[in-house]
Amino acid sequence: MCHLKNKEKLVHVTLRESSRRAAVISAASLPTQSRATCLQRGFTTSTQPLRSDNKVTVHFINRDGEKITVKGSPGDSLLDVVIDQDLDFDGFGACEGTLACSTCHLIFEEEVYKQLGPVTDEEMDMLDLAYGLTDTSRLGCQICLTKSLEGMVARVPESVSDIRQSGDGSS
Amino acid sequence: MLLMTCKPDRATLKYRFCQWSVCGRAPFSSCSPKVCIVGAGPAGFYTAQHLIKSRQDVEVDIYERLPVPFGLVRFGVAPDHPEVKNVINTFTQTAQHSRCSFYGNVNVGTDVSVKELQQAYHAVVLSYGAEGNRRMGVPGEDLAGVHAAKDFVGWYNGLPDNRKLHPDLSCETAVILGQGNVALDVARILLSPMDMLKKTDITQPALDLLAESRIRRVLIVGRRGPMQIACTIKEVREMVNLPDTRPEMVAADFKGIAEAVKEVPRPRKRLTELLLKTALDVPTEKEQEKRSKASRVWGFRFFRSPVEVLPAPDLSRAAAIRLAVNRLEGSGEGASAVPTGEVEDVPCGLVISSIGYKSLPIDPLLPFDSRKAIVPNTMGRVQKTAGVYCSGWLKTGPTGVIGTTMNNSFDTARALLEDMDSGALDVSSAKPGSQGVTPLLEKRGVKPVEFSDWEKIDNEEIKRGVAMGKPREKLLSVDEMLHVART
Repeated sequence: MCHLKNKEKLVHVTLRESSRRAAVISAASLPTQSRATCLQRGFTTSTQPLRSDNKVTVHFINRDGEKITVKGSPGDSLLDVVIDQDLDFDGFGACEGTLACSTCHLIFEEEVYKQLGPVTDEEMDMLDLAYGLTDTSRLGCQICLTKSLEGMVARVPESVSDIRQSGDGSS
Repeated sequence: MLLMTCKPDRATLKYRFCQWSVCGRAPFSSCSPKVCIVGAGPAGFYTAQHLIKSRQDVEVDIYERLPVPFGLVRFGVAPDHPEVKNVINTFTQTAQHSRCSFYGNVNVGTDVSVKELQQAYHAVVLSYGAEGNRRMGVPGEDLAGVHAAKDFVGWYNGLPDNRKLHPDLSCETAVILGQGNVALDVARILLSPMDMLKKTDITQPALDLLAESRIRRVLIVGRRGPMQIACTIKEVREMVNLPDTRPEMVAADFKGIAEAVKEVPRPRKRLTELLLKTALDVPTEKEQEKRSKASRVWGFRFFRSPVEVLPAPDLSRAAAIRLAVNRLEGSGEGASAVPTGEVEDVPCGLVISSIGYKSLPIDPLLPFDSRKAIVPNTMGRVQKTAGVYCSGWLKTGPTGVIGTTMNNSFDTARALLEDMDSGALDVSSAKPGSQGVTPLLEKRGVKPVEFSDWEKIDNEEIKRGVAMGKPREKLLSVDEMLHVART
């Protein structure tokens, strides 16, 4: 079910582009290491019935401090949720969930953070580049929804401001 | 996710009714604020994206010197890092937006002046990046066998200006000066197994030359110590894990590091720990086996600055590099390298200088800080020049990854929007936009490449790539690009 969903997403993606890209995307980039993250980690709905109420509520706090409540499906990554729900976070998910940037950086409460599972070196390497890194930071493209995360809160941190840039210049 | 950062059809609270009341019955498009952006790399596109998303009336034109867009995403990002290039998808969406137009093959500075752009547009954003090199400033720098990393990277990535580089890879040792991510990319491309490289979009001439390469040892040299290294951990890990290679470091370079690493923030700590492990730890059995079979060697060398490139006896090319030995004064990111007076000569046939890109001024009338090699600005507003802004490396200097540039560009866009809102930037009178520029270009015999023309080039490259088993085979000259664009 989750696997299908990833494929559907890819097809959906390719339909938005001109048709000649379709062949390239399906051949060359399917599935990249993080597109199939949730699938690879076994976060599928294969053991659960296909029901419309099989949803997980997630609250995002945006950069203006506003709380936005949405629902995702078990097996979705938090990046998937942000995209599917058309949430308007500037620059979120630039590399499209392939662990090549840190723009899907999210901050969690301690209790939730503990439930999110282990962090791979690969994720940690990119997280290390995120502005405003905390001990309860994760990359949204690596967090897979499960029913036990019902009601979780994820805060979108500030991105780098101009003032910091002029002094530092590095990422 | 392609629509993530660009929401063209969504009404925002920032929609300005005052634009309508000022213009009365004039046609919508002639009243809308018109912004032109110089440079179609990440900075240009992210600035455009933010402007278009934030105001429903802004029209953005992006001018680009080359027939092809995307700047360093196309010509800088390493061929074996295709995921980093995913941002091209969001840039493509922006370019295809009804309020955005791409004009390739237009050189701002020679084909059209900044002043002419200022007359045609309400605002001009300079996002043309850094196409020059920071020189080492040492004797022998111009000998054959010495290249700037920017040019070497441009060569394997198909930048038209670098296609005739023909680096000589027949020597055993290559020395790279600088330890940023660009230096690591160069080292990795020099030492990667062919069966990894041949599946990437590296150019075929580069692949052919690398296949014949006799380079077996790459040293990546920095002025300061392990804790000042500028690259990021992902790139170091890629070197450590590179098949058929083994690391070779100098244990003495790491004296005192294991102690010092305890007190630093996590990112620096993890990176340093990886370096320590690679340099000093007894390898696992599996790793030992890999090392014993490896045919290629790489290593960091610390506390060394270039003082001279020494020529071969016939003076035709580089044969060694003379390095000054430094000691560190202070600690942490601000530590400085102080020469001790000692020097060390390292025989090598290829010297790659990876000490920084450098922005260049494109118009003598615009302010330019030649010491920092940036356009002087405050929050992206060019100093003493109303209506002109800058974003990307031109604004802050040539460091940072795409994410850094993204935030930098959003900041400039915000400053511009703020100025529109406050009236600091006067958008009340109509400006012609591209209609004020294209006649000038026509008169000068310059024919812009539109985005749909780029798509023809894109199609052709992908088609050629399929034949080679690669994501694309890049067109290597401007002439060839224009030929495909015009057909």
